[in-house]
Amino acid sequence: MKAKKIFTYAFVALMCLALVVGCSPKAPAPDATKAADVIKIGGNFELTGGVAEFGKKGEMGAKLAIKEANAKGGILGKKIEYVGADNKSEASESTLATTKLVTQDKVVGIIGPMTSTNTLAAVQVLNDNKVPLITPTGTNATVTVKADGTLNKWMFRACFIDPFQGEVAANFAIDQLKSTKASIIIDQKSDYAKGLAASFKETFEKAGKQVISTEQYVAGQDKDFRSILTNIKAKNPDVIFVPGYYGEVGLIVKQARDLGMKMAMLGGDGWGDDKLLDIAGKDSLNNTFYVDHVASDDPALAAFAASFKAEYNQDINSFAVLGYDAAKMMIAAIEKAGSTDTAKIQAALETMSGFKGVSGESTIDPKTHNPKKSASIIKFVDGKKVFAARVNPK
Amino acid sequence: MGSAGDLILQQLINGISLGSIYALIALGYTMVYGIIQLINFAHGDVMMVGAYIGWFCTTVLKFSFLPALIVAMFLSAVLGVIIERIAYKPLRNATRLAALITAIGMSFFLEYGGMLIVTPQTRTFPSVFPQTVYTFGNVAFKYGDIVIVITTVILMLLLQFIVKYTKTGKAMRAVSYDKDAANLMGINVNNTISATFALGSALAAAAGVLIGVYFNTIDPLMGIMPGLKAFIAAVLGGIGIIPGAMLGGLAMGLIESIVSGIGYSTWRDAAAFIILIVVLLIKPNGLLGKNIREKV
Repeated sequence: MKAKKIFTYAFVALMCLALVVGCSPKAPAPDATKAADVIKIGGNFELTGGVAEFGKKGEMGAKLAIKEANAKGGILGKKIEYVGADNKSEASESTLATTKLVTQDKVVGIIGPMTSTNTLAAVQVLNDNKVPLITPTGTNATVTVKADGTLNKWMFRACFIDPFQGEVAANFAIDQLKSTKASIIIDQKSDYAKGLAASFKETFEKAGKQVISTEQYVAGQDKDFRSILTNIKAKNPDVIFVPGYYGEVGLIVKQARDLGMKMAMLGGDGWGDDKLLDIAGKDSLNNTFYVDHVASDDPALAAFAASFKAEYNQDINSFAVLGYDAAKMMIAAIEKAGSTDTAKIQAALETMSGFKGVSGESTIDPKTHNPKKSASIIKFVDGKKVFAARVNPK
Repeated sequence: MGSAGDLILQQLINGISLGSIYALIALGYTMVYGIIQLINFAHGDVMMVGAYIGWFCTTVLKFSFLPALIVAMFLSAVLGVIIERIAYKPLRNATRLAALITAIGMSFFLEYGGMLIVTPQTRTFPSVFPQTVYTFGNVAFKYGDIVIVITTVILMLLLQFIVKYTKTGKAMRAVSYDKDAANLMGINVNNTISATFALGSALAAAAGVLIGVYFNTIDPLMGIMPGLKAFIAAVLGGIGIIPGAMLGGLAMGLIESIVSGIGYSTWRDAAAFIILIVVLLIKPNGLLGKNIREKV
């Protein structure tokens, strides 16, 4: 019994020693030699695990932005060094990766992670160490503003948050589709759908148009939407906003068309799954549109797509585009701050306006750290997703 | 004026095709209850299995609608018999509560076992019907609506024929009336009960394939809600009474459509369960029930 205890202590002591010995030669070396002539930007990405595809593309985008900046001579007369870390698609690993980047590598800013959960896991470390972070695609509102309304000072994002899609959809309906009467079909179980619906309604009505009816369903249970669609049909709106996920949306679109309803139908990025096409069928999807962060066939992205292809021999997607823009935004902020002082970079990010990324021009709202930026509208044409328009914020 | 009439007519059409499906499932509930007083909660999940078999036949084996329907009905009938033999037969003389809990267990087994085998992802049926839509003025219905109603009517007539005029049907009625007496008269009670499960499961499978084909999507948990609604339909019509299940199913479909139609779409499911409560409070024997079933 006692011998076992002694062994345990000895083992722990040995481990501690190993840790100290293992770290000590590495840590000071790069700081001492390199820190003076390079600026370090960290990347905390999902390189393995469940959403590795998101993280890999995001990192590729970020690395490309840094490479291009270095090719132009770097910033503030120094080269940028990218320091990557893998959060294994797990929140706890994300905290560790952030701690490593901040305390060991002494980065001046971090790009990533791609998901909201992993981004939230980094908040505390960054607040303690006062280092800014830009998440390319973390859309959850609490990433930048806590539930109690206080701002996470060091957190920023390159994407718009979910409810903003409702605003974009409403503006698109008003300006491009010339709609005056809309109906909304909401998944009453989903905060995502409710948020989009609320902001759609607000924007649409503010412009003097009418939301003539609102119907609700429960995702995962309902398959028969004909009754609510029949009601909507009787009211005869010129657009229907359906901010749900592809499973129910597919059925709603198909059943609406079967009932002879030919009006335009609109949705958010919950539509962006290829299953939608299987469920609704390509004919039903004509005259439907959805909002997304990026459309890969947007002509404005052609140049970026080409250089991305040249670098990695892969096609772009929204993760690559927003990873690239997040890194560019960080670089722009460092340049604007004229310093590698993290507090100055934070201030530069907070007051950034008219930043031109490949995904559009964005202005950071200092109160929420959410960018006001353009969004893409994707249109279905005979079963193909086609870029329809870029809608700028008003 | 005309548009209000169209609206009502359209909701009635929606209700009838939905109600036909409920009726098909409700028949299985009611037949099993009639014969062994068991509410077979796994019934909705047998419907799910039927839908998957139909999906397999149409997508992988490229069958057309009718062969797929028949294969699904046959295999589900076999499944129904297996379930009865393995799960319910050993409990034939146990309390009714024990059998009921076993049925719930069987239901979970099918749902989550199904998830394990076919994965929880939603699958889409190919379009086996022409996507023709018929419109009369403002009222529209699909080729699929007609197929649902016709299939349901044919299956119900077939069931009536089997129950009324065949030897098995007579045996079923005898067993349902008095199991022990039927046994004394030389009726093979076990086989008769199996036949009931086979028939009920086949009808459920037909409903599953129709749902799959009509609504295009199937998933391992698709049986839960229609199963519960059909159970309510069976209770509404009078559980244990075959024409009651048909009537109850159609009534349920129509009520749901009307509730959504008058603008209370969020109350649709609530309405179904309120009906259950009201029926149990006011007329526990259902619409077609008579107060003679109590045996002493």
